[in-house]
Amino acid sequence: MSEHEITVKVNGESVTRRVESRTLLVHFIREHLELTGTHIGCDTTSCGACTVVLNGRPTKSCTVFAVQADQGTLETIESVAAGGKLHPLQEGFWEKHGLQCGYCTPGMIMTAKSLLERRPRPTETEIREGISGNICRCTGYNKIVEAIQYAAEKLQEAR
Amino acid sequence: MIPAQFDYHAPKSLDEAIALLAKNAGAKVLAGGQSLIPAMRFRLATPEVLVDINGIQQLEYIREQNGYLAIGALTRETELEESGLVAERYPLLLDTARVVADPLVRQRATVGGNLAHADPANDHPATMLAYGAQVVARGPKGERVIGIDDFFTGLFENALDAGEILTEVRVPSPKPNSGGAYIKLERKVGDYATTAVAVQLQLDGDVCAAIRIGLTNVSPTPMRASAAESSLIGKRLSAENVAEAGRLAAAACEPSSDLRGSEAYKRDVTRVVLKRAVELAYSRAKGAKS
Repeated sequence: MSEHEITVKVNGESVTRRVESRTLLVHFIREHLELTGTHIGCDTTSCGACTVVLNGRPTKSCTVFAVQADQGTLETIESVAAGGKLHPLQEGFWEKHGLQCGYCTPGMIMTAKSLLERRPRPTETEIREGISGNICRCTGYNKIVEAIQYAAEKLQEAR
Repeated sequence: MIPAQFDYHAPKSLDEAIALLAKNAGAKVLAGGQSLIPAMRFRLATPEVLVDINGIQQLEYIREQNGYLAIGALTRETELEESGLVAERYPLLLDTARVVADPLVRQRATVGGNLAHADPANDHPATMLAYGAQVVARGPKGERVIGIDDFFTGLFENALDAGEILTEVRVPSPKPNSGGAYIKLERKVGDYATTAVAVQLQLDGDVCAAIRIGLTNVSPTPMRASAAESSLIGKRLSAENVAEAGRLAAAACEPSSDLRGSEAYKRDVTRVVLKRAVELAYSRAKGAKS
C-alpha cells in the first residue's frame, strides 16, 4: 500500500528515504539508517529502550511511524558524544556505574538528557519520576540516578 | 512486531481531515498513537487508512472561556502537567494527567485520544465523568456537543459517528468551595489502574452540595458511582457517610478478575480508594493545597 518519501534531520544531518507507511520509527532508525544504538526492548510501549528525541520530545520510537517524522528533527544516542568526547551523562554512567548489561542505557540517556534540558537541577524524586518510563532489568536504578545527578552537577559547573 | 499495511494521510486542517474520513470508510484517526499503534502492532487493530491529525496545530490549546476549560483534542498529557492554569484550578485533572501511563508516553498521548479510545482502563474517562465534561465533535454535518454521560457506549465504543473527529473537551470551571481528586492504585508506573477513583465535589458549609464520582477499570464501560453520589448529596462528609459511599461503589462496580487481582479484591480496594479520594477532594474544597 502506501509508501512515502520522507526527509528527516537525523543528528544534524538531513536524510531522505522511502518508507512504507507502516514502518515504525525504530525500524527506520536501526534498519534503514543503520543506527543501532537505539534498542528494541519490549516492542509493547513498556520499556523505553528505544527512546529518542523527536522534535524536542523524548519519544518511544517503537510507538511512532517513521512517516510521522517527515520534516522533523530526530536525535539518537549516536549524537550525544560530540566530537568523540563523552557527554556529562555518558561520563556519569561510566563514573557511577550506571549500567550493568547496558541494554537500557541509550534510552535512559536520551530520557535523562531531555529531563536535564527541562529541569537543569532536578531533585532525586524528579529524576526517579522522569525515568519511570524506562525499565532497567539489572535493577540498577540507584546508580542510574547517581549518574544523572553527576551529569546535572557537571552541566551546572560548565555554565 | 510490524503492523498490517495501511494508507497514510497527514492533513493540515480539520476540514481536510473530515473530508478524508468521509472518503475512506474504515479510516481511523491517529492522534498521539500511544494506544492505537500498540494495538496495530498486535494486529488487534488493522485500519486500512490512517488520518494523522498531528499536523493540525489548531487542535492544541488549553484555555478558559465561557465558564469552562477548553482542551484541544491534540493537547498532550505533558502540556496539562505543565499548565499553571490546570495546576491552580483543576486539581482533579492535574492528578489524572500525572498518572497516565509513563512520562514518555505522556509526551505524545493526547486527552482527546484517551477519551475517544473509550477504554474503561484509561484514566480520563472517569475524570471527565466526575467533572461532568462535554465533548465537541466535528463531522461532515457540522459541530455538535456530547455530554460525557452519553459518550461512552460500550467497551472501546463511543458516541462519535464514523465521520466525526473529537475536537475539544470542555471541563466546567470550578465553582466556589469545590474540590476534586484522582487516586489511582497501580501495580507499577505504566500499568493500567487496578482501580482508580475520580471525585469532584462542592460544599455548602460542611454539607456536600454536589458530587460526581467516576471509576476506572472496574467495569466494561467507564462508569459513575451513582449510588455513592446520591448517598452523599445533602449530607456531611463524615467518616461514616464516606465509608458507606465506598461500600455502595464497591457493590455497584463490575470488575473482572485478572492479573491485577480478583473481583473481590478490586471491589474492596475500590471501596478504600473512593474513601481516600473523597477525603482529598474535601480537604481541597476546604482550601488545603495539594
